[in-house]
Amino acid sequence: MARMKFICDAERCIECNACVTACKNENEVPWGVNRRRVVTINDGLVGQEKSISVACMHCSDAPCMAVCPVDCFYRTDEGVVLHDKDICIGCGYCSYACPFGAPQFPSNGTFGLRGKMDKCTFCAGGPEENGSKAEFEKYGRNRLAEGKLPACAEMCSTKALLGGDGDVVADIFRDRVVHRGKGSEVWGWGTAYGNLPNPKAKPAPEKKS
Amino acid sequence: MMRALLIPALMLALYGCGEKSQSQADARDSGDQQAYQGAHDPFVTKGWTAGNKAEWERHMRARTQAQNEYVHINGS
Repeated sequence: MARMKFICDAERCIECNACVTACKNENEVPWGVNRRRVVTINDGLVGQEKSISVACMHCSDAPCMAVCPVDCFYRTDEGVVLHDKDICIGCGYCSYACPFGAPQFPSNGTFGLRGKMDKCTFCAGGPEENGSKAEFEKYGRNRLAEGKLPACAEMCSTKALLGGDGDVVADIFRDRVVHRGKGSEVWGWGTAYGNLPNPKAKPAPEKKS
Repeated sequence: MMRALLIPALMLALYGCGEKSQSQADARDSGDQQAYQGAHDPFVTKGWTAGNKAEWERHMRARTQAQNEYVHINGS
């Protein structure tokens, strides 16, 4: 099986925030933590406004994993980047390394203590027994082990957010681009998965003043 | 009587002072169960058998494909 991947189609996202709500509800994410959020650019500019749903992209070469001083991250066979909260020390290095701002830190403890990192798990739980109470309380629901896809993608009304087997997701997106004749650039895809849209592209030569 | 109370109290104190292994080798081997092993909750979908990797993969691929509305709405 190919790796599990997310992509968000900026041509379709209508900023309804259903993905954010679905994620919070499904995983009972605490206040102050948003595993997924919708980012809008060119807000208010007619015809130029674009929204994208952002969470952990489960990068192929994850920078969070590279910088973690206690090595609490691991990757499942399906390519999902997960972490062990029993090992995490809440240092925050991962949040500085992540280009998507995925790692979140609950700060409702005594003296504003920064808690252990929390992030999107691709609804794959964590290093506890699948579907157990301990797994749910620490990491949220394990939908993959239930034979389902992440709640955010399955709840998306416009199907802007796609999640699942990377090959199938890429095929669906390619189909759309062919039908509408535009929009082949997927935000975050190259950054997370190392597939540059135009690998032969070179930076423009500097202008001499 | 005192001994019966003292021994559990000492065991509790020792347990509290213990610490988990922090070696990186342990961190990599997360001990996480594979998704195809299935979840022990009542929300598991039908159409595949827990523990059967091939069935789970087929099921997940079909579920991913269900997000493609061109297949089931436009029929193209």
